[in-house]
Amino acid sequence: MNWILEPWPWYVSGTMIALIMFLLIMVGKNFGMSGNLRTICSMCGAGNKANFFQFDWKSQRWNLIVVLGTIIGGFIAHQFLSVETSVALNPETIADLQSLGFENAGETYMPEELFSTAAFTDFKSLLLLIAGGFLVGFGARYAGGCTSGHAISGLSNLQLPSLIAVIGFFVGGLIMIHLIFPLLF
Amino acid sequence: MRTLAYLLIGIVFGITMFKSEAASWYRIYEMFKFEAFHMYGIIGVSVVLGIIMVQIIKRFQVKSFYGEKITFAPKQKSFARYAFGGILFGFGWALVGACPGPMFTLLGAGFLPIIIVILASLLGTFVYGLLKDKLPH
Repeated sequence: MNWILEPWPWYVSGTMIALIMFLLIMVGKNFGMSGNLRTICSMCGAGNKANFFQFDWKSQRWNLIVVLGTIIGGFIAHQFLSVETSVALNPETIADLQSLGFENAGETYMPEELFSTAAFTDFKSLLLLIAGGFLVGFGARYAGGCTSGHAISGLSNLQLPSLIAVIGFFVGGLIMIHLIFPLLF
Repeated sequence: MRTLAYLLIGIVFGITMFKSEAASWYRIYEMFKFEAFHMYGIIGVSVVLGIIMVQIIKRFQVKSFYGEKITFAPKQKSFARYAFGGILFGFGWALVGACPGPMFTLLGAGFLPIIIVILASLLGTFVYGLLKDKLPH
């Protein structure tokens, strides 16, 4: 059982994601995480401000429970199923990141520069986290889905709109990393 | 009973996102640099298995665990919303290294600044709702 404590290889991880989608389909639901953000907005009364949030959010409670499970799963995986959490990156990636100023690239699960508690009081880190989070929320709803809804569920159902969205995800990601990162870091 | 099923599915998903390192900011950066196969392998395997699974369910009209008919809603046909929305999402995904599933995994794993990302993503969703009718779809 020691393998479970190591980082999981891609073929195990991909199979697990397919299994999760299978289970959700078999309980009559679908795999899509970003819809929860809309549900939470509606729950908090956003329907008073925009029609988009006037829907029966209670019908989506099941997905909020999936989110709760996802939080618990992250806790379990980090606390009990990991011996150490460094990420075995390509040495070239490590060199790139170091030249951008990410000194400990790959030694921890997340870069200290953005995700240590010091980020709460660092103006630049805060700004980047807010901008990135905003774009994820705005973009996912504009595109009608995120990685789970389009890249996994949509492509599995051979949906052309999902393919357009996934190409968009990559165009955006490539521009950010190759053109904008050198200006930000 | 059903609630417990959703919770367990979520827990397995959260563990998978963390242990696959798909929730690691570094892996997303590496993916967009085309310097590792890891993320492509994960997405590729899940999509290939997903296509087979959906085809089997459709062809043999497989019923859900509760004996109900399984339907797949086709996505609305359009170009603009998927292209523009997709690119904006891509900007954010690469910047914070987390999409809406892994965000919650990271919260549970204890990377507290992700709370800022989650709140900002709620704000982004809210602003989209306000502007929806003014945007090309």
